[in-house]
Amino acid sequence: MTTDFKHHQAAHCENGVASNLLKHNGLNISEPMVFGIGSGLFFVYLPFIKVNHAPAISYRPLPGSIFGKVAKRLGIKIKRQKFSGSASAEKALQDNLNNNIPSGLQVGVYNLTYFPDDYRFHFNAHNLVVYGKEGDNYLISDPVMETVTTLTTEELDRVRFAKGAFAPKGQMYYPTHIPKELDFKKAITKAIKATCRDMLAPVPIVGVRGMRYVAGQIRKWPVKHGVRKANHYLAQIVRMQEEIGTGGGGFRFIYAAFLQEASVILENPQLKELSYEMTGIGDLWRDFAVEAARVYKKRSSKPDVYNMLADMLVDIANKEEVFFKKLRKAI
Amino acid sequence: MKESEVPQDRSNIESTNMRELCYATDDKGNYTTALSTGWEPKTIALSNAIEDIKERTEAARQQVINKEVSPIVYFMELSKMDVGILAGYVGMWQWRIKRHFKPAVFAGLSDKVLKKYADAFLITTEQLKNFKG
Repeated sequence: MTTDFKHHQAAHCENGVASNLLKHNGLNISEPMVFGIGSGLFFVYLPFIKVNHAPAISYRPLPGSIFGKVAKRLGIKIKRQKFSGSASAEKALQDNLNNNIPSGLQVGVYNLTYFPDDYRFHFNAHNLVVYGKEGDNYLISDPVMETVTTLTTEELDRVRFAKGAFAPKGQMYYPTHIPKELDFKKAITKAIKATCRDMLAPVPIVGVRGMRYVAGQIRKWPVKHGVRKANHYLAQIVRMQEEIGTGGGGFRFIYAAFLQEASVILENPQLKELSYEMTGIGDLWRDFAVEAARVYKKRSSKPDVYNMLADMLVDIANKEEVFFKKLRKAI
Repeated sequence: MKESEVPQDRSNIESTNMRELCYATDDKGNYTTALSTGWEPKTIALSNAIEDIKERTEAARQQVINKEVSPIVYFMELSKMDVGILAGYVGMWQWRIKRHFKPAVFAGLSDKVLKKYADAFLITTEQLKNFKG
């Protein structure tokens, strides 16, 4: 049994699933548009939480919040269900497939058998769509993959009930109602305002202030923890920024793509200009990753590399502060 | 990032013939998408994490050989877990798991408890019990 679901590859899993599910339900919405309206751009540094033995850093908001905000701002209704056990979780999915409803699932990455081994970490905020079942194999559309794939019943159960931070608890979601008339203009305006507010938030570990805080920490790491640990922490920053799903430059390029689409819809040429500026900032993040990689590969010949990296980050933070202030005015 | 600059370096996703989607700009600065086979700085960052896990696993193996810790520690590191994640999988408090790290306590564990750990690591109870390093 299979539903007539079309797979489109995306850069980021949550945007991808949201965009693919909405497309399936007749609403043609691009990945950047989902990301933008869902206020996907974010920055937060959580030194008191350790991920893979390094401080947690995130370039995105909490899992589920992007699709949630898109739905709220466009008036779309989504049904979300969590389950206490495998049996009820499987039955609900089966019922959906019987009713020709492709369903989004939150899953853990560690037991995703089709992923390259090196990418299988205990990361529980991955998303995919199940669009059918043949024999014992569920048909999977994982937006970060080029093509569709499959998982056995047992494998799917294991990833749906992965444990640890953000344990998915079998979470399943799908749109139940899409209004005929959608007010994109209002949704985009609201979303951009929210993103500007987040990035300029007066909280030391969030947005541009968070970046400056991290820069300060980078200066301290080699003295406080030794070079080895400092490099491990740096590698973690680069991974979170560039790993599969970010579309490069810590989501800055996807956001710039969103601003271009938004500029057409809002008939606001200024947004297009700002999109070019965001692309430039994304390139600076890429440069930061290149330099950081040199440091932990011990290839850097420059003196005082940690201070240099910190300076780069402060520079990016300053540029983003100016950028988001301009963006707030432009809207 | 320009479309022509989308990196096509060798990387860890090669093994599965996977390519990832990137957003990049054309000559006029307009956005389009392009596929990338990987990017070196990113691969280095990931290798760093993999190396770190390998070292931790090897250190745990030595500790098991020296009878300083129980095999649970080794399999925990091998499965890229920490105590918090393991606690989620076996459904026990972290302090209880840490107690099971002691070889003496581990030796007295019931098969029922051992099975919980074995299931979490996707191995058999025998493999867990008989691991000597």
